[in-house]
Amino acid sequence: MAEVLVLIDHVGGQVKKPTYELLTLAAKLGEPSAVYIGDAGGAAGAAEAVKGYGAEKVYVIDDAQIKGYLVAPKAEALAQLAGSASPAAILLPSSAENKEVAGRLAIKLDSGLITDAVDLDESGVATQSVFAGNFTVKGKVTKGTPIITVKPNSAAPVEKAGAAAVTPFEVTISDAAKTAQIVASQPRKASGRPELTEAAIVVSGGRGTGGDFSAVEGLADALGAAVGASRAAVDSGWMPHTFQVGQTGKTVSPQLYVANGISGAIQHRAGMQTSKTIVAVNKDEEAPIFELVDFGVVGDLHTVLPAVTDAVKAAKG
Amino acid sequence: MNIVVLVKYVPDATADRQFEDDFTVDRVNVDGLLSELDEYAVEQSLQIKEKRDGEEITVTALTVGPEAAEAAVRKALQMGADKGVHVVDDAIAGSDSIATSLVLAKAIEKIGAETKVDLVVGGLASTDASMSVVPAMLAERLGLPQVTLASVVETQGDQIRIKRDGDVATEVIGGTLPLVLSVTDQSGEARYPSFKGIMAAKKKPLETWSLADLGVDAGQVGLGAAYTAVEETAARPPRTAGEIVTDEDGSGAKALAEFLASKKFI
Repeated sequence: MAEVLVLIDHVGGQVKKPTYELLTLAAKLGEPSAVYIGDAGGAAGAAEAVKGYGAEKVYVIDDAQIKGYLVAPKAEALAQLAGSASPAAILLPSSAENKEVAGRLAIKLDSGLITDAVDLDESGVATQSVFAGNFTVKGKVTKGTPIITVKPNSAAPVEKAGAAAVTPFEVTISDAAKTAQIVASQPRKASGRPELTEAAIVVSGGRGTGGDFSAVEGLADALGAAVGASRAAVDSGWMPHTFQVGQTGKTVSPQLYVANGISGAIQHRAGMQTSKTIVAVNKDEEAPIFELVDFGVVGDLHTVLPAVTDAVKAAKG
Repeated sequence: MNIVVLVKYVPDATADRQFEDDFTVDRVNVDGLLSELDEYAVEQSLQIKEKRDGEEITVTALTVGPEAAEAAVRKALQMGADKGVHVVDDAIAGSDSIATSLVLAKAIEKIGAETKVDLVVGGLASTDASMSVVPAMLAERLGLPQVTLASVVETQGDQIRIKRDGDVATEVIGGTLPLVLSVTDQSGEARYPSFKGIMAAKKKPLETWSLADLGVDAGQVGLGAAYTAVEETAARPPRTAGEIVTDEDGSGAKALAEFLASKKFI
């Protein structure tokens, strides 16, 4: 069976959940091979982690020549690996950077690219959600090596023992690829909450918070959820842009999305409409967000949310 | 300095967007406009020009699209771009990102035939296909670096520095021109065309190029040359509004907690 390359999503060797989702999807198409690009020291831990999700091989690419630069070196490394492994497909977690890596890779390999897939079947047909989540599109790559970026939360990871044979792979990075340099990098402060795009539950706040996110954060923490914000809340300076859900922010597809004081403009819907269950709290009963909720409360979020938070805490004991 | 800003004509996101029978986006029977997110690219291009007062800088707005797409270039000219180029050819309809990046790359080479292009600027995504991959593909084709998703842009001489919210960190990226830059909606409010700008735009040069002008073979673009095939599109079943309750003395919170419990979230 042909190999399917899966780029490992990790921070310092700590493998993140979307990797397991991709390995699960990769197994439908062929034999999953995980690709670790990072510090060689973290490779063993990463290999151990992906072993439990069916990775037969783990390619280890040392990132000494890659980190510190944007996109191009990573694309070169993957192109070289694809040249040697001749995979049936290459899967990458959909992040801003990985989509760009995939774009360069598609040109290098003269191959088709599908971004932001939310599902993949055995024949390589990918499902995407488009036009602000109003349409689903099914399509497949018809030329070259399919390159597919997959959104977080697209599959339930299936545990399965793999050989995870560690295979170091040497890459040569051209000087031309090392031209956009990361001059400074400030890792985001750890909030202790799950990553917005990966969270099972997202609790968001908008203009209706009036800038006070304590009720939103309180409920998020009680539910073990990530905190999100509408563009109005970000533009008002109440929350950093990295919290923004919507067309120009993050797209989320959690099991539960709780929109508080958010009217539900098309731009916001684009970022959350594919959530499994949607709940809204808003003072304005005419707010368009109520058109898409499974459950809605017309009321003041500053009184409703703390009471719900207490109920959640009480239920959890 | 020669700046090319990429502008896309897209179906209005607030209108009823549809697919054609061949699964391409209906770009004709729908109100279109300059993709909102490209306005930020035009704005940053103009700001670079204004900040580098005294230098000879040309900002060229470039679009690829059907006849109506000229409106996107016009808008950029009204905002203050100096020149416009519209690549239009029936063969282009249905092109995927790979073909689009090819046409853009050839057009940029042609724009740079006399004075080389130093900077190609794009938005963070189109508001229709939203793949966010064209700047990367274009950079690859042109053999240029890319600095993307900038929220702050500064240039000095042939150096550029941007700030961006990366996936896991806030980063400062440095690069040397020529390169491809993309900017986000955080980079600064885009200006409205002034009356003077609208009048002046009418006299600005706007060239229309065909594939033949670019030396691109019609067989390399369009739906037939696409590297991906859509098998089906389906309108997502509209979400039916669920239960809406009005909070009275805490009843809303109680009902919501019960709903969450019934769905096993608590």
